[in-house]
Amino acid sequence: MSQPQSLSDLFWSFNRLALQGFGGVLAIVQRELVEEKKWLSPQEFVEDWAVAQILPGPNVVNLALMIGDRYFGMRGALIALAGMLTFPLLIVLALAAAFAGVSDVPAVQGAMRGMGAVAAGMIAATGLKLLASLKQNSMGTLVCYALAAMTFIAIALLRIPLVWVLLVIGGSACLWARHQLARAPLQQAQP
Amino acid sequence: MNLPIVLGTADWGALFVHFMSLSLLAIGGAITTAPDMHRYLVDEQHWITDGQFASSVALAQAAPGPNVLFVALLGWNVGINAAAGVGAGASAWAYGLAGVVLTMVGIMLPSTTLAFAAARWGHKNRELLAVRAFKLGMAPIVIALILATGWILAGGNGEPIAQWRLWLLTALSALVVWRTRLHLLWILGAGALVGALGWV
Repeated sequence: MSQPQSLSDLFWSFNRLALQGFGGVLAIVQRELVEEKKWLSPQEFVEDWAVAQILPGPNVVNLALMIGDRYFGMRGALIALAGMLTFPLLIVLALAAAFAGVSDVPAVQGAMRGMGAVAAGMIAATGLKLLASLKQNSMGTLVCYALAAMTFIAIALLRIPLVWVLLVIGGSACLWARHQLARAPLQQAQP
Repeated sequence: MNLPIVLGTADWGALFVHFMSLSLLAIGGAITTAPDMHRYLVDEQHWITDGQFASSVALAQAAPGPNVLFVALLGWNVGINAAAGVGAGASAWAYGLAGVVLTMVGIMLPSTTLAFAAARWGHKNRELLAVRAFKLGMAPIVIALILATGWILAGGNGEPIAQWRLWLLTALSALVVWRTRLHLLWILGAGALVGALGWV
């Protein structure tokens, strides 16, 4: 296994990773950190990713924090975070500023309308892809689909504030999961 | 299109506090709180338009980097509107950057602080019942939130019958992304092209 050589190595590595992340960041993160740099074994990557995912906040940003922290403590976490965000932020602001200057050109408005429609489809597709992962959820596929349907209706159709949805539906789901796990501890042995 | 709005100190504070409060709810990424940002910024406060919301998400998707940067663009647009449009020059930049800083620090600070503290704990206790129950229980909720985000963004297309071509584009891109491994940039590029040509 390898590891970041210095804080600047950490900064530029995460910067490189962020600048390649058009849409599918997870694939880039895995290829760079596991296959190219070998900072993480595939097993470590899967574990870290799971934790990064259950914590609130952007997954890749959480992962950057965790890895930076592991090698260089809090300084490492902040440097990894800065590497991840600095240049992409400048690029996206430059794009927005450039866009604002030409925002009344009909072709540009049309292009943004088209990209907006595509972006909506891309995000919906991400959700559709992930639905398949619920088959392995030990709460049972039916329960999962029912929870997902309730959440979708509450948020997308009824426009209920997120905090209530998370507290009520999310809270019940976690309690139910806990109940299921406690009932069948043997079936949950690590793969 | 810009709507000139007037933001007082209390409003800037409210913007910051709202994004801070969403930060710890952003399980599965900032994008899962996008519906609530839309409800607050567009429906409730009328600080940005539906179009500005949709183009912020689209630009952040088109640009490299974490998608959380759409939050910076939302803040940017609030600032630009508060300065009565980019025509205001330097003050538009100042207001825009103030919006970026408030929304980004708001959305990042609580979650990164928690992530920093909880990551080690979660790593050490990943066999713990509560940790596994949380992971299992939240999975369907997080996925539904992502789907709801797609639905609400598609709402920016307008009425499904009048704007059926945009809705068709959304459905087609969802299908392509779901079923193929085509690079996302090609699909965004295709959307920009058919839009620029005035086909949708």
